[in-house]
Amino acid sequence: MPAIRELEDAYERYVLNNEDGFVDEFRRRIEDFGGRPTPLQYAENLSARYDTDVYLKREDLLHGGAHKLNNALGQVLLAKYMGKERIIAETGAGQHGTATAMAAAHLDMPCEIYMGERDITRQRPNVFRMKLNGAEVVPVTTGRGTLKEAISETMRDWATTVEETHYVIGSIVGPHPFPTMVRDFHALISEEARAQLHERAGQLPDAVLACAGGGSNTMGTFHHFVDDEDVGLYAVEAGGSSLAVDEEEGVAPNSASLSTGTEGVLHGARTKLLQDGDGQIVESHSVSSGLDYAGVGPELAHLVDEGRVQPVNVDDDAALEGFHRLSQREGIIPALETAHAFGYLEEHHDDLGDVVVVNVSGRGDKDLAAALEETEQRDLSNAPDMGEFSGGM
Amino acid sequence: MSGSDLATAFAADDPAFVPYLAVGDPSYEASQAYVEALAEGGADAIELGLPFSEPIAEGPTIQEAIVRALDAGMTPERFFEFVEDLDVDVPLVCMTYYNLLYQYGEVDEGERRPRPFVERAAEAGISGFVVPDLPAEEAGPLREACDEFGLDLISIVAPTTEDERLERLVDVSSGYLYVQARLGVTGTDVGAADRTAESLERLAEYDLPKAVGFGIDGGEKAADVIEAGADGIIVGSALVEIVADGHERDRSTAAVAADLEELARELKTGARRGYERRVPRPEGS
Ligand SMILES: Cc1ncc(COP(=O)(O)O)c(C=O)c1O
Repeated sequence: MPAIRELEDAYERYVLNNEDGFVDEFRRRIEDFGGRPTPLQYAENLSARYDTDVYLKREDLLHGGAHKLNNALGQVLLAKYMGKERIIAETGAGQHGTATAMAAAHLDMPCEIYMGERDITRQRPNVFRMKLNGAEVVPVTTGRGTLKEAISETMRDWATTVEETHYVIGSIVGPHPFPTMVRDFHALISEEARAQLHERAGQLPDAVLACAGGGSNTMGTFHHFVDDEDVGLYAVEAGGSSLAVDEEEGVAPNSASLSTGTEGVLHGARTKLLQDGDGQIVESHSVSSGLDYAGVGPELAHLVDEGRVQPVNVDDDAALEGFHRLSQREGIIPALETAHAFGYLEEHHDDLGDVVVVNVSGRGDKDLAAALEETEQRDLSNAPDMGEFSGGM
Repeated sequence: MSGSDLATAFAADDPAFVPYLAVGDPSYEASQAYVEALAEGGADAIELGLPFSEPIAEGPTIQEAIVRALDAGMTPERFFEFVEDLDVDVPLVCMTYYNLLYQYGEVDEGERRPRPFVERAAEAGISGFVVPDLPAEEAGPLREACDEFGLDLISIVAPTTEDERLERLVDVSSGYLYVQARLGVTGTDVGAADRTAESLERLAEYDLPKAVGFGIDGGEKAADVIEAGADGIIVGSALVEIVADGHERDRSTAAVAADLEELARELKTGARRGYERRVPRPEGS
């Protein structure tokens, strides 16, 4: 990683030490442009259903429709402070690409987004959103064309252009200082949630739930609770269609690296990975492209090893039912990634205590076509009947 | 710091030619013939790529070679058999990514990875390693294992490697330094400016041999790099392109091997030409 030293230095000066008022400017912009703070909403209907106080941290209401802007805006602003002239990023679901494109337009920086071919088809509306914001979208054709390949390809671009370009990595993955820095930008989520719950209920939650792909919304939601040892932290991964790894095909039909992965080295980080016995990284799978990654942030993997964070998962079906449930019961259409947390809440609400905070990492507008298609292929308990309107969207 | 036989590849008055191929591309047998052709064509050492699923330092040509090799069933164990089966007498360097070294073999209580991999590599006849995704800061365990088994650890120096890091990098390195001619990833399609001369100047104070790679595609380029002061050239993508083309057009192994040998000769001759330009022959010789 060619520019890591330069970035480490900038991270220390601007993000940790607020040099030139970086942190002040970041906080001002994430309020004015981003719409922070996001609400902590009491979910009346789910609370009644589970006989548990369920609070929703509404990152879906952040500009762009997902938590992603916290990090994207932070890093694009940092790139400005570093004197960089060009932004690149990878994207899976397209949410990070969209957030980065928005932040780049806002801060007047040219921007290119690498996206796997397969994800481009799965997430067309987000491709258009990136282009609307003036970003270039570069299709990645290697491998299965998902997030893992997009990260590799962005790293290759960066190796060539590092002197004028900053790579806005999209989760708490990659080489140091990315994982800590990305977490710091997202830590606003738990900073606010902790204070908001205190004001509302005068207490700490018993459990905090967040979905986990790379783990950025997860660590953002956990960070300010990590020292509160009585607060249970649950990272909900994508169990996909099965938790097994098919070594022959080099495919894991899940993205549950915290729950089932083994320690290894990928993209400059030592962490838990989905890999075969030789150490080849296998292709992950999830109904939600944003969780579709064979690795996970090293800090989150470490907290799991220490027993501080519980790694849990739900399968594609439970996530889709969670998607429909939150839509029907609370009037909030969540991202398919987020829906995993609600799948887990449904199955395990009895074990989580009296007060639960769930991070709504994003809204589901980007997922409508995929959700319809995936729903039609299944016999879900709670899906609306779209039969009379068939013919697609 | 102990070293292997790699030093012999870098003679004082003969610039080294170090080719690269992805092992097992497009098949085990063809790949054997190709590596042997390179030795025949004048290679002084050969970098054997052990395919990894996430080759972040490679451009499209070598990425595709790696996919072909993986599809044809190449694994670390097969790689070691490949090395044992080879009939060449130049030092062999294993170029791969850290996770494959990290996962190999059983690790006993208290033992550190990647020792089992290094032990097996030494037994198979490997002389050293290039591991592009391993930063110097994390290279301690591999360096120790290399010392234990008498292997070299070759580091890649980019034009952007800061001087303070350079020192640490050279500290853990032996065999030779792999000097990137330009920024970026492997490939002959050069998008970034060539900085060979600038890099060699920065490295002059270190007495490890300097082999320059990235973007060398023929005899003329080879000559220029050596003339600029390099002790050797590393050539990958230009050779892999011949393998790829042979695979696509279904050419015979022998025909592809002959072309590889020919390009190898051109590169070695070019390197020598560059050396002569740099060091004018003494009068009358
Ligand atoms: C809405 C939403 N939630 C969660 C994720 C997963 O990312 P992370 O695990 O880094 O929070 C994504 C990724 O695209 C996303 O779009």
